[in-house]
Amino acid sequence: MIEVKDIKKSFDGIEVLKGISTVFEPGKTNLIIGQSGSGKTVFLKCLNGLIEPTSGEIFFNQRNILTFSKDERKKLRSEIGTVFQGSALFDSMTVLENVRFPLEMFSSFSMKEMNARAEEVLERVNLTAESFKKFPSEISGGMQKRVAIARAIVNKPKYLFADEPNSGLDPQTSKVIDQLLHELTIEYQTTTIINTHDMNSVMEIGESIIFLKNGYKEWYGDKTNILTANNEAVINFVYSSQMFTKLREVLLKEKENQLKK
Amino acid sequence: MREIDDLGMSSIGLVAFISLFMGAVVAIQMAQNFENSQIPVPKYYVAYATKVVLILEFSPTIVSLILAGKVGSYIASSIGTMRVTEQIDALDVMGINSPSFLVMPKIIASVFFNPILIMMSIGIGIWGGYLIGEVTQLWSKSDYIRGLQMPMANKFFTYTFIKTIFFAFVIATVPAYYGYNVKGGSLEVGRSSTAAVVWTSVIIIVLNLVLTQTILS
Repeated sequence: MIEVKDIKKSFDGIEVLKGISTVFEPGKTNLIIGQSGSGKTVFLKCLNGLIEPTSGEIFFNQRNILTFSKDERKKLRSEIGTVFQGSALFDSMTVLENVRFPLEMFSSFSMKEMNARAEEVLERVNLTAESFKKFPSEISGGMQKRVAIARAIVNKPKYLFADEPNSGLDPQTSKVIDQLLHELTIEYQTTTIINTHDMNSVMEIGESIIFLKNGYKEWYGDKTNILTANNEAVINFVYSSQMFTKLREVLLKEKENQLKK
Repeated sequence: MREIDDLGMSSIGLVAFISLFMGAVVAIQMAQNFENSQIPVPKYYVAYATKVVLILEFSPTIVSLILAGKVGSYIASSIGTMRVTEQIDALDVMGINSPSFLVMPKIIASVFFNPILIMMSIGIGIWGGYLIGEVTQLWSKSDYIRGLQMPMANKFFTYTFIKTIFFAFVIATVPAYYGYNVKGGSLEVGRSSTAAVVWTSVIIIVLNLVLTQTILS
């Protein structure tokens, strides 16, 4: 579990995060949503340790990571898996080497064991052996995302972060990536936090959702109640597409009918 | 090994080509200068002067400046691309000391391999002088070999070696600094590569003067 208390972050005097408090539960896909510039990426980077918050507390399993020693931080980092927006695969390494890399850094496995584990997770994300020896530039964007996910889970992390995992992918591939992240969250019981502004992802895997607006936590809920949320910013965000606007009308009518009964 | 290949082995062809022609040009210039001199200078001094000039200045400094362009832009752009594509963030989030992970192998490869390149450059440059003598017949083969055998102060070799090590360090670190601190996209990577080459060259030239004054005087 990750608990955040009153996190604030400023850059050159401009406050990007203005005091966010929330809880991310394990075994659930926790989504951070919001418009571009709402502070999602900065918030995620505070959580995975890439940025130090200006103030506030971040607890990983009841332990405040901001007070961790260097060794404690290093150990914690070995328990974190991150999927970056652009996959961030190492260009000079093959698919297999990319996935094996965290094991080389953190495990005491033999090369044979590391290869076996890397191949196991690559197969878990539905990649075939013929792609293992290819370089990132030789595979599609969807495959790169799968490799990035495989690299993030190869160390069996307790915490999994994904920043816009669907950006640049077609709707069908996006759905596959969403499902994969959801399945892995349940399988490894990770505390998974995903940054997204894709409403399809929200409706697919949004078991817990926080909505950020201008650095504040504007709304909290899940996929079952976001469509009928009574918050103007959420309504504007969710119903920016015609399809969802019509869906809202249907849902509100249904709700009204139920109340009448 | 990959770094040695990227930073050193891949430069062998360029260094050999430049050194061959540089040696030939230096030898012709020396011969012309000696011929026009009011004090008669024996022909075998062409080889001696070519050897000294290559060892003291042309090979260590000019080749290092060329490597600053070739290797420096490669280091700055490759690290810069890693920065803008979040590959460095990926290393950081794994708890890996990214500056050390990325820069140390380059420093080791450069400091280890550049002296080899410079020695090679000196050898090929001297050979270039010999070949141009054979083609132009401006000096004889025996004069050239005699000149090469003339003794030279050991201090010169020490000076060249120290210079090369310092330049190798600058070639690896300055571009790495520029690449590592890139902010933005591909345009900024290009700009940082250019800045890295310019500043590496400037530092090499200034350092050359400082080291020459310190070691030779």
